[in-house]
Amino acid sequence: MSEEERKRPGEPEDDVSAASAGEQRTGTLEDGVSAANIGERRSGAPEDGGSAVSAGEKRTEAGAAATGAGTPRPKAAETAADGARTEPAAPARRKETEEEKAARRKAALEAREAAKAAKAAAAAQDAAAQAGSPGAAQAGPQAASPGAASAGPAGAAAETNEPPPKPPSPNQPRLDRAVQLLRELVADDAVESASINEANDHLPTLVVRKERWLQAARLFRSHEELNANYLRNVTGVDYETHMEVVYHLLSLDSGHNYAIKVRTDRDRPSVPSVTTVWETANWNEREIYDLLGIDFPGHPDLRRIMMPDDWEGHPLRKDYVPLDPEV
Amino acid sequence: MEFDLASVSPEDIRELERNVFIGSLETLKGWVRSNSLWPLTFGLACCAIEMMAAGAPHYDLDRFGVMFRTSPRQADVMIVSGTVTKKMGPLLRRLYDQMPEPKWVIAMGSCATAGGPYVKSYSVIKGVDQIVPVDVYIPGCPPNPAALIYGINKLQEKIRYEARTGKRVTSG
Repeated sequence: MSEEERKRPGEPEDDVSAASAGEQRTGTLEDGVSAANIGERRSGAPEDGGSAVSAGEKRTEAGAAATGAGTPRPKAAETAADGARTEPAAPARRKETEEEKAARRKAALEAREAAKAAKAAAAAQDAAAQAGSPGAAQAGPQAASPGAASAGPAGAAAETNEPPPKPPSPNQPRLDRAVQLLRELVADDAVESASINEANDHLPTLVVRKERWLQAARLFRSHEELNANYLRNVTGVDYETHMEVVYHLLSLDSGHNYAIKVRTDRDRPSVPSVTTVWETANWNEREIYDLLGIDFPGHPDLRRIMMPDDWEGHPLRKDYVPLDPEV
Repeated sequence: MEFDLASVSPEDIRELERNVFIGSLETLKGWVRSNSLWPLTFGLACCAIEMMAAGAPHYDLDRFGVMFRTSPRQADVMIVSGTVTKKMGPLLRRLYDQMPEPKWVIAMGSCATAGGPYVKSYSVIKGVDQIVPVDVYIPGCPPNPAALIYGINKLQEKIRYEARTGKRVTSG
């Protein structure tokens, strides 16, 4: 059993990178959409309806569930450590040191988690007390009260990994500002919803109305505050109820990231091309057209890029049936 | 010019027996061909990395007379090293057709053999033997250079056997 495997059960909720990696792994196995899509989809789906509140709520619920499961966990850690301690009797000397190292690393990790939990709980109490910023006001009533309840056992056990109630995201002001700019300078209805994707390093995520997207893209590119001069990636997702195109923007000057989602219906999917705004969207949009069949009006050369030109259908659509299953 | 074998001394006879071999022209051709297999440089996926490693100094395919050629016109072996997609299939067939006779194909790795991990994929050809005749299959994902050398050895054996006996190793 490798160190990584042993460590994994100990840190399910809190460790963002491990969790997202896990999500991605199961995701790719389940369906053929690329890993990036899955990450987006998994983290995005629960938040779709509401704002960051619902996500925060879910997290605390999960945390409460984890408290129950949290108690036996230290025991498992102890047995693992015991195993490491009893093994030195065996002749394998080199392995013993590795086991010890793993145990030590695990202990350090748990201590760090406990410290983090305590700190975050304190921060959440502060936030609840102030209830000043809009994010805290929203998150306060739902997230803070169960959080306070679960903070007790967390402090007592000092080793459970349940997530503490979330303080408002550091990126919340940027998200709010982006939404404000879009509403003021593009259209009132330009933004359908906006949220913070906490699992993805607090990425500000906006769902922009399809009809306003080209204007919004120009704004993102040219506005001096947003200044998203680099389009990192474009992906398409088939949700079966609708299609979605996800744009990952980066401002190379400020280092700020944004994720923009544009939804379109599934029967005649079509999203305006942003090739005129970011030249690099050209191939990305061709790929999405190739694999998902989303049309990009305004694209200079929209044809297949990966599949052969005479290919039938769009293979990453959920309803795709291969013509020749055996060959 | 007359040459009387009776005039040859017994020492010279023994010397000749040690140095002169008699066989059919086919055997000679088999010997020559099997010792100068020139594969087409045709890497498709991770198997190609192993193929390159086999060609590099540590494994040194050159010592078997195996020298990679960059043109199908100069090659007589195609080592299909990697996943063949449906988009690549016609190109592979075309390259094969461009190679002069006699020519052989080595399917290197599980993708080229049977589709490998992509056997359920919509875009991968499940075995290169569906588009070109394959002489040697090398299992592995990817096979290491030693396995490739073993496969090349098998192909050499096959060429010599067929030249020697006039039989085909495979019925196809």
